[in-house]
Amino acid sequence: MSPALLVFALLALAALVSGLGSVTSRSVVYSALFLLGALVAVAGFFILLLAEFLGLAQLLLYGGTVVVLIFFVLMLTRQEEGERVDNPWRWGAAVAALLFFALYTFAVLTTPWPAEDPELISIGELGRTLFADWVLPFEIASMLLLVALIGAIIIARARD
Amino acid sequence: MLPLSWFLVVGGALFSVGLYAVLARAHAALVLIGIELMLNAVTLNLVAFATYAPGGQFTGQVVTLFVIAVAAAEVGLAIAIIMRLFRNRATVDVDVVDEMRW
Repeated sequence: MSPALLVFALLALAALVSGLGSVTSRSVVYSALFLLGALVAVAGFFILLLAEFLGLAQLLLYGGTVVVLIFFVLMLTRQEEGERVDNPWRWGAAVAALLFFALYTFAVLTTPWPAEDPELISIGELGRTLFADWVLPFEIASMLLLVALIGAIIIARARD
Repeated sequence: MLPLSWFLVVGGALFSVGLYAVLARAHAALVLIGIELMLNAVTLNLVAFATYAPGGQFTGQVVTLFVIAVAAAEVGLAIAIIMRLFRNRATVDVDVVDEMRW
Protein backbone atom coordinates (compact mmCIF):
# COMPACT_ATOMS: atom_id res chain seq x y z
CA MET A 1 0.00 0.00 0.00
CA SER A 2 1.57 3.24 -1.11
CA PRO A 3 1.52 6.26 1.20
CA ALA A 4 -0.63 8.25 -1.26
CA LEU A 5 -3.24 5.49 -1.25
CA LEU A 6 -3.27 5.38 2.54
CA VAL A 7 -3.66 9.17 2.79
CA PHE A 8 -6.40 9.09 0.17
CA ALA A 9 -8.32 6.38 2.01
CA LEU A 10 -8.09 8.22 5.34
CA LEU A 11 -9.16 11.52 3.78
CA ALA A 12 -12.06 9.93 1.91
CA LEU A 13 -13.21 8.25 5.10
CA ALA A 14 -12.96 11.51 7.06
CA ALA A 15 -14.77 13.50 4.35
CA LEU A 16 -17.64 11.03 4.00
CA VAL A 17 -18.12 10.39 7.72
CA SER A 18 -18.13 14.08 8.59
CA GLY A 19 -20.26 14.92 5.56
CA LEU A 20 -22.88 12.35 6.50
CA GLY A 21 -22.69 13.35 10.15
CA SER A 22 -23.17 16.98 9.17
CA VAL A 23 -26.36 16.33 7.21
CA THR A 24 -27.94 13.79 9.56
CA SER A 25 -27.12 15.22 12.99
CA ARG A 26 -30.12 16.37 15.01
CA SER A 27 -28.11 19.12 16.69
CA VAL A 28 -27.27 22.19 14.66
CA VAL A 29 -24.00 22.72 16.56
CA TYR A 30 -22.79 19.18 15.80
CA SER A 31 -23.75 19.77 12.17
CA ALA A 32 -21.48 22.80 12.00
CA LEU A 33 -18.63 20.92 13.71
CA PHE A 34 -18.99 18.00 11.28
CA LEU A 35 -18.95 20.51 8.42
CA LEU A 36 -15.59 21.77 9.73
CA GLY A 37 -14.30 18.18 9.56
CA ALA A 38 -15.45 17.78 5.97
CA LEU A 39 -13.87 21.11 4.96
CA VAL A 40 -10.54 20.15 6.53
CA ALA A 41 -10.66 16.81 4.70
CA VAL A 42 -11.24 18.65 1.41
CA ALA A 43 -8.20 20.83 2.23
CA GLY A 44 -6.24 17.60 2.68
CA PHE A 45 -7.40 16.44 -0.75
CA PHE A 46 -6.14 19.71 -2.24
CA ILE A 47 -2.70 19.11 -0.74
CA LEU A 48 -2.77 15.51 -1.99
CA LEU A 49 -3.59 16.90 -5.45
CA LEU A 50 -0.40 19.04 -5.31
CA ALA A 51 -2.34 22.28 -4.79
CA GLU A 52 -0.81 23.32 -1.46
CA PHE A 53 -1.74 26.97 -1.79
CA LEU A 54 -5.39 26.10 -2.36
CA GLY A 55 -5.28 23.75 0.61
CA LEU A 56 -4.07 26.55 2.85
CA ALA A 57 -6.60 29.00 1.40
CA GLN A 58 -9.33 26.44 2.04
CA LEU A 59 -8.24 25.99 5.66
CA LEU A 60 -8.07 29.74 6.27
CA LEU A 61 -11.24 30.76 4.43
CA TYR A 62 -13.52 27.86 5.20
CA GLY A 63 -12.14 26.46 8.41
CA GLY A 64 -11.37 29.88 9.83
CA THR A 65 -14.20 32.03 8.52
CA VAL A 66 -17.20 30.20 7.14
CA VAL A 67 -17.60 27.83 10.07
CA VAL A 68 -17.21 30.69 12.55
CA LEU A 69 -19.89 32.64 10.66
CA ILE A 70 -22.22 29.64 10.74
CA PHE A 71 -21.65 29.34 14.50
CA PHE A 72 -22.51 33.02 14.87
CA VAL A 73 -25.79 32.62 13.02
CA LEU A 74 -26.65 29.49 15.02
CA MET A 75 -26.02 31.41 18.24
CA LEU A 76 -27.98 34.49 17.18
CA THR A 77 -31.03 32.63 15.84
CA ARG A 78 -31.57 30.27 18.75
CA GLN A 79 -35.24 29.37 19.11
CA GLU A 80 -37.03 28.76 22.36
CA GLU A 81 -38.90 25.50 21.91
CA GLY A 82 -37.94 22.47 19.84
CA GLU A 83 -36.91 23.65 16.40
CA ARG A 84 -37.47 21.41 13.41
CA VAL A 85 -34.22 20.45 11.69
CA ASP A 86 -35.63 18.12 9.01
CA ASN A 87 -38.69 18.43 6.82
CA PRO A 88 -41.02 15.49 6.04
CA TRP A 89 -39.36 14.87 2.67
CA ARG A 90 -36.22 13.28 4.15
CA TRP A 91 -36.64 9.89 2.51
CA GLY A 92 -37.47 11.34 -0.87
CA ALA A 93 -34.42 13.55 -0.57
CA ALA A 94 -32.24 10.55 0.35
CA VAL A 95 -33.50 8.61 -2.68
CA ALA A 96 -32.87 11.61 -4.96
CA ALA A 97 -29.33 12.06 -3.63
CA LEU A 98 -28.56 8.34 -3.96
CA LEU A 99 -29.93 8.26 -7.51
CA PHE A 100 -27.78 11.24 -8.43
CA PHE A 101 -24.72 9.57 -6.90
CA ALA A 102 -25.35 6.28 -8.74
CA LEU A 103 -25.78 8.03 -12.08
CA TYR A 104 -22.73 10.23 -11.50
CA THR A 105 -20.50 7.34 -10.40
CA PHE A 106 -21.57 5.32 -13.43
CA ALA A 107 -20.69 8.22 -15.72
CA VAL A 108 -17.32 8.80 -14.03
CA LEU A 109 -16.27 5.15 -14.03
CA THR A 110 -17.25 4.48 -17.66
CA THR A 111 -15.42 7.53 -19.04
CA PRO A 112 -11.81 7.02 -20.10
CA TRP A 113 -9.72 9.66 -18.32
CA PRO A 114 -6.18 10.67 -19.28
CA ALA A 115 -3.73 8.86 -17.01
CA GLU A 116 -0.77 11.23 -16.98
CA ASP A 117 1.24 11.82 -13.88
CA PRO A 118 0.70 15.36 -12.63
CA GLU A 119 3.71 17.54 -12.00
CA LEU A 120 4.41 19.80 -9.07
CA ILE A 121 3.99 23.50 -9.85
CA SER A 122 5.59 26.34 -7.93
CA ILE A 123 3.49 28.75 -5.90
CA GLY A 124 5.52 31.64 -7.35
CA GLU A 125 4.45 30.66 -10.84
CA LEU A 126 0.84 30.40 -9.64
CA GLY A 127 1.04 33.93 -8.23
CA ARG A 128 2.49 35.21 -11.51
CA THR A 129 -0.42 33.62 -13.41
CA LEU A 130 -2.90 35.14 -10.99
CA PHE A 131 -1.51 38.66 -11.20
CA ALA A 132 -0.60 38.68 -14.90
CA ASP A 133 -3.20 36.72 -16.86
CA TRP A 134 -6.03 36.92 -14.34
CA VAL A 135 -5.57 40.37 -12.88
CA LEU A 136 -8.89 41.77 -14.15
CA PRO A 137 -11.01 38.91 -12.71
CA PHE A 138 -8.98 39.27 -9.51
CA GLU A 139 -9.91 42.95 -9.19
CA ILE A 140 -13.54 42.15 -9.98
CA ALA A 141 -13.50 39.46 -7.28
CA SER A 142 -12.20 41.95 -4.72
CA MET A 143 -14.94 44.38 -5.73
CA LEU A 144 -17.50 41.57 -5.39
CA LEU A 145 -16.27 40.83 -1.86
CA LEU A 146 -16.53 44.50 -0.93
CA VAL A 147 -20.06 44.75 -2.32
CA ALA A 148 -21.09 41.56 -0.53
CA LEU A 149 -19.63 42.89 2.72
CA ILE A 150 -21.52 46.19 2.47
CA GLY A 151 -24.70 44.38 1.43
CA ALA A 152 -24.44 41.98 4.36
CA ILE A 153 -24.00 44.85 6.82
CA ILE A 154 -27.00 46.71 5.41
CA ILE A 155 -29.23 43.62 5.40
CA ALA A 156 -28.29 42.51 8.91
CA ARG A 157 -28.31 45.96 10.52
CA ALA A 158 -31.17 46.68 12.90
CA ARG A 159 -33.64 49.09 11.37
CA ASP A 160 -33.95 52.29 13.37
CA MET B 1 -0.16 8.52 -8.61
CA LEU B 2 -3.81 7.77 -7.90
CA PRO B 3 -6.31 7.66 -10.79
CA LEU B 4 -8.39 10.76 -11.45
CA SER B 5 -11.72 8.95 -11.17
CA TRP B 6 -11.22 8.23 -7.44
CA PHE B 7 -11.14 11.92 -6.62
CA LEU B 8 -14.17 12.49 -8.83
CA VAL B 9 -16.12 9.78 -7.00
CA VAL B 10 -15.29 11.32 -3.60
CA GLY B 11 -16.37 14.71 -4.97
CA GLY B 12 -19.62 13.20 -6.22
CA ALA B 13 -20.30 11.56 -2.87
CA LEU B 14 -19.79 14.87 -1.04
CA PHE B 15 -22.05 16.59 -3.57
CA SER B 16 -24.81 14.01 -3.04
CA VAL B 17 -24.53 14.44 0.72
CA GLY B 18 -24.90 18.19 0.30
CA LEU B 19 -27.83 17.68 -2.08
CA TYR B 20 -29.57 15.59 0.55
CA ALA B 21 -29.05 18.34 3.13
CA VAL B 22 -30.45 21.03 0.82
CA LEU B 23 -33.55 18.94 0.08
CA ALA B 24 -34.21 17.46 3.52
CA ARG B 25 -33.22 20.13 6.03
CA ALA B 26 -35.73 22.65 7.36
CA HIS B 27 -33.38 24.91 9.35
CA ALA B 28 -32.01 27.65 7.07
CA ALA B 29 -28.46 27.42 8.45
CA LEU B 30 -28.45 23.65 7.84
CA VAL B 31 -29.52 24.23 4.23
CA LEU B 32 -26.57 26.63 4.01
CA ILE B 33 -24.29 23.88 5.33
CA GLY B 34 -25.56 21.62 2.53
CA ILE B 35 -24.78 24.31 -0.04
CA GLU B 36 -21.27 24.65 1.39
CA LEU B 37 -20.73 20.90 1.07
CA MET B 38 -21.87 20.98 -2.56
CA LEU B 39 -19.58 23.94 -3.34
CA ASN B 40 -16.65 22.12 -1.77
CA ALA B 41 -17.39 18.98 -3.77
CA VAL B 42 -17.37 21.02 -6.97
CA THR B 43 -14.09 22.71 -6.02
CA LEU B 44 -12.56 19.31 -5.28
CA ASN B 45 -13.56 18.09 -8.75
CA LEU B 46 -12.20 21.25 -10.32
CA VAL B 47 -8.82 20.88 -8.60
CA ALA B 48 -8.69 17.19 -9.54
CA PHE B 49 -9.34 18.01 -13.21
CA ALA B 50 -6.80 20.85 -13.08
CA THR B 51 -4.11 18.61 -11.60
CA TYR B 52 -4.56 15.86 -14.19
CA ALA B 53 -5.07 18.08 -17.24
CA PRO B 54 -1.78 18.55 -19.10
CA GLY B 55 -0.71 22.18 -18.69
CA GLY B 56 -3.98 23.20 -17.05
CA GLN B 57 -2.81 23.43 -13.48
CA PHE B 58 -2.36 27.20 -13.22
CA THR B 59 -5.67 28.08 -14.84
CA GLY B 60 -7.55 25.46 -12.85
CA GLN B 61 -6.11 26.54 -9.52
CA VAL B 62 -6.70 30.24 -10.21
CA VAL B 63 -10.33 29.55 -11.16
CA THR B 64 -10.69 27.51 -7.98
CA LEU B 65 -9.44 30.49 -5.98
CA PHE B 66 -12.18 32.60 -7.54
CA VAL B 67 -14.77 29.96 -6.69
CA ILE B 68 -13.62 30.05 -3.05
CA ALA B 69 -13.78 33.86 -2.99
CA VAL B 70 -17.30 33.95 -4.46
CA ALA B 71 -18.39 31.25 -2.00
CA ALA B 72 -17.12 33.39 0.88
CA ALA B 73 -19.16 36.36 -0.38
CA GLU B 74 -22.19 34.09 -0.72
CA VAL B 75 -21.89 32.84 2.86
CA GLY B 76 -21.69 36.38 4.23
CA LEU B 77 -24.85 37.43 2.40
CA ALA B 78 -26.73 34.23 3.27
CA ILE B 79 -25.99 34.69 6.95
CA ALA B 80 -27.15 38.30 6.85
CA ILE B 81 -30.39 37.17 5.21
CA ILE B 82 -30.94 34.42 7.81
CA MET B 83 -30.42 36.92 10.65
CA ARG B 84 -32.84 39.38 9.08
CA LEU B 85 -35.35 36.55 8.58
CA PHE B 86 -35.08 35.55 12.21
CA ARG B 87 -35.57 39.14 13.37
CA ASN B 88 -38.65 39.70 11.21
CA ARG B 89 -40.33 36.31 11.56
CA ALA B 90 -38.79 34.78 14.73
CA THR B 91 -38.17 31.55 12.81
CA VAL B 92 -35.54 30.13 10.50
CA ASP B 93 -37.68 27.28 9.19
CA VAL B 94 -37.52 27.47 5.40
CA ASP B 95 -40.94 25.83 5.02
CA VAL B 96 -42.59 28.61 7.02
CA VAL B 97 -41.27 31.39 4.81
CA ASP B 98 -42.42 30.11 1.43
CA GLU B 99 -44.34 33.13 0.13
CA MET B 100 -41.20 34.76 -1.34
CA ARG B 101 -42.30 38.16 -0.14
CA TRP B 102 -42.01 40.11 3.07
